[in-house]
Amino acid sequence: MTLKALFAATATAAVMFSLPAGAAQLTVGFSQIGSESGWRAAETSVSKQEAAKRQVNLKIADAQQKQENQIKAIRSFIAQGVDAIFLAPVVASGWEAVLKEAKEAKIPVVLLDRDIDPSGKDLYLTAVTSDSVHEGEVAGEWLAKTVGDKSCSIVELQGTVGASVATNRKKGFDDVVAKHPNLKVVRSQTGDFTRAKGKEVMESFIKAEGGGKSICAVYAHNDDMMVGAIQAMKEAGLKPGKDILTVSIDAVPDIFKAMAAGEANATVELTPNMAGPALDAIIASKDKGTVPPKWIQTESKLYTAADDPQKIYDSKKGLGY
Amino acid sequence: MKGLPPVVITAIVLVAGFAICATQYPNIASTRVVGNLLTDNAFLGIVATGMTFVIISGGIDLSVGSVIGFTTVFVAIAIERLGIPPWLAFVAILVICAAFGAAMGGIIHLFDLPPFIVTLAGMFLARGASFLLSTESIPINAPIYSTVSDFALRLPGGGRLTAIAIIMLIVIAAGALLLHLTRFGANVYALGGSRATTALMGIPVGSMTVRIYMLSSALSGLAGIVFSFYTAAGYSLSAVGVELDTIAAVVIGGTLLTGGQGTVIGTFLGILIQGLIQTYITFDGTLSSWWTKIVTGVLLFAFIALQQAIIVLARRSVLRRAGATS
Repeated sequence: MTLKALFAATATAAVMFSLPAGAAQLTVGFSQIGSESGWRAAETSVSKQEAAKRQVNLKIADAQQKQENQIKAIRSFIAQGVDAIFLAPVVASGWEAVLKEAKEAKIPVVLLDRDIDPSGKDLYLTAVTSDSVHEGEVAGEWLAKTVGDKSCSIVELQGTVGASVATNRKKGFDDVVAKHPNLKVVRSQTGDFTRAKGKEVMESFIKAEGGGKSICAVYAHNDDMMVGAIQAMKEAGLKPGKDILTVSIDAVPDIFKAMAAGEANATVELTPNMAGPALDAIIASKDKGTVPPKWIQTESKLYTAADDPQKIYDSKKGLGY
Repeated sequence: MKGLPPVVITAIVLVAGFAICATQYPNIASTRVVGNLLTDNAFLGIVATGMTFVIISGGIDLSVGSVIGFTTVFVAIAIERLGIPPWLAFVAILVICAAFGAAMGGIIHLFDLPPFIVTLAGMFLARGASFLLSTESIPINAPIYSTVSDFALRLPGGGRLTAIAIIMLIVIAAGALLLHLTRFGANVYALGGSRATTALMGIPVGSMTVRIYMLSSALSGLAGIVFSFYTAAGYSLSAVGVELDTIAAVVIGGTLLTGGQGTVIGTFLGILIQGLIQTYITFDGTLSSWWTKIVTGVLLFAFIALQQAIIVLARRSVLRRAGATS
């Protein structure tokens, strides 16, 4: 009896809820990798803000670093009949079957932050990613401009060996250095993208370079390593930001704190706002049928002490970095 | 009719849960979601069938997730890098997995070691071996992969019963037959009831142990093949932690962790419950996906408490009967 009543209730509710919902509010499903880094947590919170700004109903599924969870989430977004799917793929391969299903269901897919294997090119609408070679170039150009004609020995803190981001950020920076004979990378080692390792490697650089007197600038592939390096320089009695120039990438809140204290000079932002451009592309394609370019490059913005670092720190610290 | 009451409770939890989800999100009550549930949990259903045998026999197998990971990498490398025909790669990996399971079963029996430790070693071994083969995700482009992933029986209402879902349903049906209708199955229950008694009954405990772990590892290998169909790639980090999801599903399905009681169909329902929770969370879209783990944990507690209650009640009735006859 109770079961029957339950089923009856289910059926009634099903009829009630399946009535067409209010006008044309878009629903977007976002399969996020996880919250493994501060940047990713910030990306999630910024995505929510951007969706709210455009009155889009954003459903986020955290995959806890597992591809199978992402595939499940995409399938269930398809079953829900969402208007679009955002995917930040945890690995590059293995998406074809599920993206084909999305395509069959006529649901556009937008890749955020990372790309997938070229064989899946026609299965997504567009990819919103930053160009990490370009990030390295922006960092290099800032340094070249700041140093001018003086000769400058640079030490470099690399990211994790083999990580494509590290390779690309190195390449972009090296390309700029090659064009300026007065710049020279004298030492380059991996700091594994971590604060502790960044500090350790910087300490050994300082020892190797005669107490750090001959170092003119530090380039780190991310801000975390730079924060560690700043610590090492201070402990060695050097003045980072004055004696030694610093430039790094990511624009996490802590580097702005260092900048406000005059201990860091510049950072290149890897924007956590990938969802904003993606939402605009989806809205444009729904409203006007505009086909977006296959790749939407996010801006790699340079921040220096001139940009009121304290204010940026305050605005960024609540994002979950 | 061993273990029937817990299974009924599991079934009620599943139906009630499904009804609650469907009242909130009517789209859940569609063939598409049901088809997804079967497809997305196909590999879990297959390993969990093997795990049911192991747990009923009083053991545990922690190596299953790693064996799945190893299988995906092995298959990807064999097909993509070495050019071995897929069917041969499948046969080879199933043989390797079966041998691996047999070895674990043999060690457990010969040295009288706790299965927990032996299969834990197996877990590290298999995961380590898959990292040795490759640390990157290797895409598999063999034509059979697209054929299989494109194959699906269309259900009315847009749902799809995919090839891998069908494989899982066959494994579960075969597992249920093997467990409930054969001498092998009866021996598995006996082993979980009491090893000593089983030996006294003249059942070859050693060969049973070897065969049970062989079955579990071979099914993990099959699950690994299914997983490679699911993602069309081999990745050494795939299926991390799946052993725990599997054990949870088996227990929620009404199998006694101490052995001697349980059903394959219950395990299947346990898998569906976990899948349903995950589906609900994606449909909601604002809850943290870690709620899957929390709800699974709560259910697990509830079912273990329930099992204890059943054991206590059973003991009391045995005592009462004993009291009445004396």
